[in-house]
Amino acid sequence: MSEATLAVLPRSIALVGNPNCGKTALFNQLTGSRQKVANYAGVTVERKEGRLVLPSGRKLRVLDLPGAYSLNATSPDEAVTRDVCLGQHPEETQPDLLLCVADATNLRLHLRFVLELKRLGRPMVLALNMVDAAKRRGIRIDREKLEQALGFPVVETVAVRRRGAADLISALDEHALTMPAVPPASAEQDLHAETRRLIASAVSMPQPTSPMDEAIDRWVLHPVWGLAILAATMLLVFQAVYAWAGPFQDAIETSLGWAGTQLAAHMPDGLLRSLLVEGVIAGTGGVLVFLPQILILFFFILVLEESGYLPRAAFLLDRFMVSTGLSGRAFIPLLSSFACAVPGIMATRSIPDPRDRLLTILVAPLMTCSARLPVYALLIGAFIPDQRVFGLFNLQGLTLFALYAAGIVSAMLVALVARRFGRRAGEQALLLEIPAWRIPNPRDVALGLRERGAIFLRRVGTIILALSVLLWFLSSFPTPPADWTRPAIEYSFAGHIGRAMEVLFAPIGFNWQICVALIPGLAAREVAVSGLAAVYAVSAGEAGVEHALATALGSQWSLATALSLLAWYVFAPQCLATLAVIRRETGSLKATLGATALLTGMAYAVALIVYRLTGLLT
Amino acid sequence: MTLLSELAPGSQAFVTDVQARTASDPVAVRLRDLGFVPGEPVKLVAYGPFGADPMLVQVGFTRFALRRSEAERVRVSSEEPSHV
Ligand SMILES: Nc1nc2c(ncn2[C@@H]2O[C@H](COP(=O)(O)OP(=O)(O)OP(=O)(O)O)[C@@H](O)[C@H]2O)c(=O)[nH]1
Ligand SMILES: [Mg+2]
Repeated sequence: MSEATLAVLPRSIALVGNPNCGKTALFNQLTGSRQKVANYAGVTVERKEGRLVLPSGRKLRVLDLPGAYSLNATSPDEAVTRDVCLGQHPEETQPDLLLCVADATNLRLHLRFVLELKRLGRPMVLALNMVDAAKRRGIRIDREKLEQALGFPVVETVAVRRRGAADLISALDEHALTMPAVPPASAEQDLHAETRRLIASAVSMPQPTSPMDEAIDRWVLHPVWGLAILAATMLLVFQAVYAWAGPFQDAIETSLGWAGTQLAAHMPDGLLRSLLVEGVIAGTGGVLVFLPQILILFFFILVLEESGYLPRAAFLLDRFMVSTGLSGRAFIPLLSSFACAVPGIMATRSIPDPRDRLLTILVAPLMTCSARLPVYALLIGAFIPDQRVFGLFNLQGLTLFALYAAGIVSAMLVALVARRFGRRAGEQALLLEIPAWRIPNPRDVALGLRERGAIFLRRVGTIILALSVLLWFLSSFPTPPADWTRPAIEYSFAGHIGRAMEVLFAPIGFNWQICVALIPGLAAREVAVSGLAAVYAVSAGEAGVEHALATALGSQWSLATALSLLAWYVFAPQCLATLAVIRRETGSLKATLGATALLTGMAYAVALIVYRLTGLLT
Repeated sequence: MTLLSELAPGSQAFVTDVQARTASDPVAVRLRDLGFVPGEPVKLVAYGPFGADPMLVQVGFTRFALRRSEAERVRVSSEEPSHV
């Protein structure tokens, strides 16, 4: 070990290493956090902080960093890692200890970066992660030899196994006093040559890649079968979201309906009953029934993310995406946007080219996020007949598919136009790592689902509840005078606001009730459903809110209006959280306003066309 | 001397060098960091479905999807260089 020792105890450590080596899994294990872990490069895009209490009682501040291939950063997420390691980050002091993480099955790539970091001359520890996978593949690593050659502690870890970081924790505890400050290696030394030497002396590798992975990839990446598998996967997800959720949704509806009728039967007629039945139960219940669909969607997203399929899909689609003006690199951020545009837009930080990144951010809101699902499902249920077409497909399912497709196609059109008019900035690189296949751990998937479910329920219990109550208030007050003959709501605040907005939206077929429902939809898209329930004074009866609402809409709207509203929902950027994250990620108010104007304009134009066309045809 | 982009699927070769297109070609720098350095064995694993682009290349123990234009920067030869 080196003579130079650290005089003070390290108080902060940072996890550094190549992308996808398990830094975040290790971070979660050390700090008890639940940061996102998935099997592709570029999951973590910003630094995350946590706390570790060592067995000795000493506390460490732990920093999880985005993965980087080298300190020569090429994308915003890599720049964060570089700045923190070099002590140049504006909001972060240089960590006392670099906890390097390397994938034991991928040492040719990962050790080079470890050696590059060693040149910084900072105290270091190397965690050889994924030794379980290495063992399975018959890879043998001489830890002691590696430790000797590197000159700092090397420990084996399995970040995804309980107590898989025990060695690391005791190493942190025990070496704390004598943590060697690694002497800077001479700069001329060729890192690649040194990496090869290290591997030749300490690693025995039966095959460079797993034969199993190669066999799977012969099918999954096959030019014909690969595309067929991709299409089948997407269809399966759709079918599942639409068909499997049914029984669960019915159960939720029935219990909410029961709650509504019980309340109505046992409470005296009055304001409080109206608030509970029409405000709270109808408002939140209308959204709550979509919990099963959202969980099924996330189940597939979690499994796909963890399996390693996503970068492969990006590989298959890259050329196609380039021809529309995007890049295969945009695939994962855009796919994430189907869950929610906010994490999707953040995921663009792993895109190196600034123009690619900006374009991806611009079109991400066009991907149908899960918050739009309730609105789509409600309108489809109310207006599209439940019948088979070509004996095979369900017309409702096809409509849903068409709405998703409309978002994707328009994203490609926007990208095409943007490329045509924008100056072409030099060529952009793909350079996408294709990771090893992994079988998703059922426990992690279950935990992930529970988390998503909790997030959704929290949303229902907070923002959606609050907005529902607000809407109930706006549509119940002021109460009309005794001689008022028309529906009470027309006298209310909501009625007046709706009428004022109607002037603007009448050309695309929106009545004032829709206009009212659009406002809370800005804070959370799903609330449009609650909004409609409120303005149509639907209460949770026997059949459940959603059914009651669908019946009310079906009898009062024209098909043209319904389709126009669906079209509006495909495009309209009416989600403040998305606009805020665009503003933050682009750092430009101009870009944000431009995106808002563009998307709103598209929404209005397409809704107008849909409304007029349907009007002509029906 | 051939280019990495000209290899047949399944064939193995050794990197001779990576050619920078401009003085500070970031793609070339990154390719070298990823392990495309003289003497390194590379293998062309698969092609993308449209226009045989991108290509899946194995270098070291890792596989990367590279666009044709990226793979064109890497010159390879079928013989293992003796001096490495
Ligand atoms: N078998 C095995 N898999 C692991 C281990 N550690 C992590 N993984 C898996 O490796 C993948 C990457 O893990 P992450 O923790 O997201 O990796 P990361 O280094 O944070 O990745 P980036 O944030 O993209 O840089 C996930 O699929 C994990 O489940 C391990 O010790 N053994
Ligand atoms: Mg991470």
